Formats: sequence, C-alpha cells, structure tokens
Amino acid sequence: MSGPRRDPDVVRPYVRTGGRSRPSRDVRLETLVIAADSPLQGLEPDARRVFAVCRGGVLAVAEIAAGLELPASVVRILVSGLMDSGHLAAPVRRSRADAPTTDLLKEVLHGLRSIA
Amino acid sequence: MASAPSPDPGPSGGGTALSGGTDLPGPHDTAPDLGFEYHPPTVTRSAKLLITGPFGVGKTTLVGAVAPLVLRMDESMTEASVGVDDLRGTPQKTTTTVAMDFGRLHLNESLVLYLFGTPGQARFRPLWEGLADGALGALVLVDTRDLDHSHDVLDLLEEYGTPYAVAINRFDDAVEYPLDEVRQALDLDGSTPLTVCDARDRDSCVRALITLVEYLSARQLESRP
Repeated sequence: MSGPRRDPDVVRPYVRTGGRSRPSRDVRLETLVIAADSPLQGLEPDARRVFAVCRGGVLAVAEIAAGLELPASVVRILVSGLMDSGHLAAPVRRSRADAPTTDLLKEVLHGLRSIA
Repeated sequence: MASAPSPDPGPSGGGTALSGGTDLPGPHDTAPDLGFEYHPPTVTRSAKLLITGPFGVGKTTLVGAVAPLVLRMDESMTEASVGVDDLRGTPQKTTTTVAMDFGRLHLNESLVLYLFGTPGQARFRPLWEGLADGALGALVLVDTRDLDHSHDVLDLLEEYGTPYAVAINRFDDAVEYPLDEVRQALDLDGSTPLTVCDARDRDSCVRALITLVEYLSARQLESRP
C-alpha cells in the first residue's frame, strides 16, 4: 500500500515541539527573552539549543529562529514551553497591555524622527 | 515541498546578500555562531511593523536600507494543496517553508523596532496570523507599473485589521502618475496615507515609516472615547 507522499517537514515541527502545535502563551516573533538561571538537564535537544543560545543575552523569537535555523513557528512553541518551565523569561516584567498604547506609538515616532 | 523560496528578492534581484550595512561588533557579541549581536541588556521592549507588498516590490531592499542588518528566518506554512501541485487529486495538506527577511532598529536604549518583510500574495495568508498579531501597522510598498498585484495585500490587511500606509517605490523606469490616480486605482480610503519612496534610499524609507507611524498615532488618538 502506498500512501500519499509525506513531506518530512509535515512531521518534524510536531515532533520537535513535543507534540504541541501552538504556543502555550502569547509569544510573538518580536517577543524578547533571556535565559534564567536554570539547568540544561532534562530538556529536549531543540529546547536545549534555544535555551543555550538565550544564555548569551536578550534575543527576539525571530532572531532565535534565524540564528538556529529553526522554523519560527517551532521556536515560538519551544520558547513558550521554556517560559512555562522557568528556563526563559522576559527581560523585564512588562506592564503595558497587549494593544499598542499611544505612548508606544509616540515613542516609536520619536525614535524614527531621531534617526531621520 | 520543502524548498525555501524567497517571497521577495527585491528589485535589485538580490536575496543572497543579506547585509544591508555595517553592524559593528560590540561588547555583547558573545555568541559568534549566531552571526549577529545580542541586544544590549538595556533593551527590554519591542515593537513590530510589517513591510509588505507584492512579489519583487522591494520589501527586503527597504528593510536593508533602514536596518543595519537584515536577518533571514524560515517559517513553515501549512496549506491545502489540492488542485495546485497534487498529482493524485486527493485533498491533502503540504507544509511549505518560506524564507522571510527582517531587520531590527534600536530606537532608544530600551526599545527595539522590528521590520518584517511580509509577502503580500494571497497564497501566503497562513503566514499572516503570526505576523499581523501585535503589529503596530504596515507599510505597503507598491509598484506603479503593476498596481493590480497590490490588491491581494490590501485584502489581507483588511482581513487582519492591520492599519497601513502605502508607499510607491519609485523604480527608475516607472512613469510617474499623480498620487490621486494611484489612490483611485488602489481604491484607497481618503484617510490612508499615500507617499513616495525609493526603497534603496535610507532617508526616504525612514520618512515613509514616519508617515505611517504619524498616521497610526493620529488614528489611535481619534479612536479614544
């Protein structure tokens, strides 16, 4: 019996994230994270790579994906899992709401004008 | 399919030359295997703008003109492939890997702005959920030689409720049309900013981004009770 051709990438992201298909929390491409002081032991290989690279400093999810050459959707899920387990944290606790605030837009505007 | 086509090589036809400028090594460059620097420890917040538009309109060129470094990440996209390249004719899903370029810009010591080159063709819709989520807004690049191909991206922006401004990327061999005619051809709302830029020129791109953020800022003030 010959089933439909399977693309290895169909399987891989699912396996790589321990069976999860969605992040457990709001982790976006631009979400910044840094490693907490936690041990590497017990982490799956890809989660271990993400955690190890985050020990070097603050990175966004998209940068982890670019640096490790992992699909961004996989990194989002791995990062959310590592935040759940306390391996990764946001650089500081953020107090602003999810929706962009006027202040953030003003800050972006001011920043762009300063480099124009 | 597992190939990684670049959705937008830009008008220069590039796509392999990812460095848009210099990114000098600093004290935070502690992981040479990454190929780029970590953020300074003072950076704690991020914001995101989408740079979008049809294939080949100059999205990556613009990101490279504004940001010191252009990075490339892969994203996997699951789509129904029936009728497209499925020889058996049975409905099935395929996962396609799409390469996406992005850049970052430190706006002050704590805030970093990300510019994501976002493919605007309708077939990339599955990518938009992750990209549009949390985006402050989008700058839509258009080519006046081929305005028809801009309708897909305007539809996607409406669908995701992402506010946007439009910038005509002025190509050297393109006829200059009055802005009113372009506005009409794209069926733009009267309040949507329409400007002109050269995606290769940093200053004109920064001005286009300022136009976008001014609009977003004014729009948000108006929507407040």
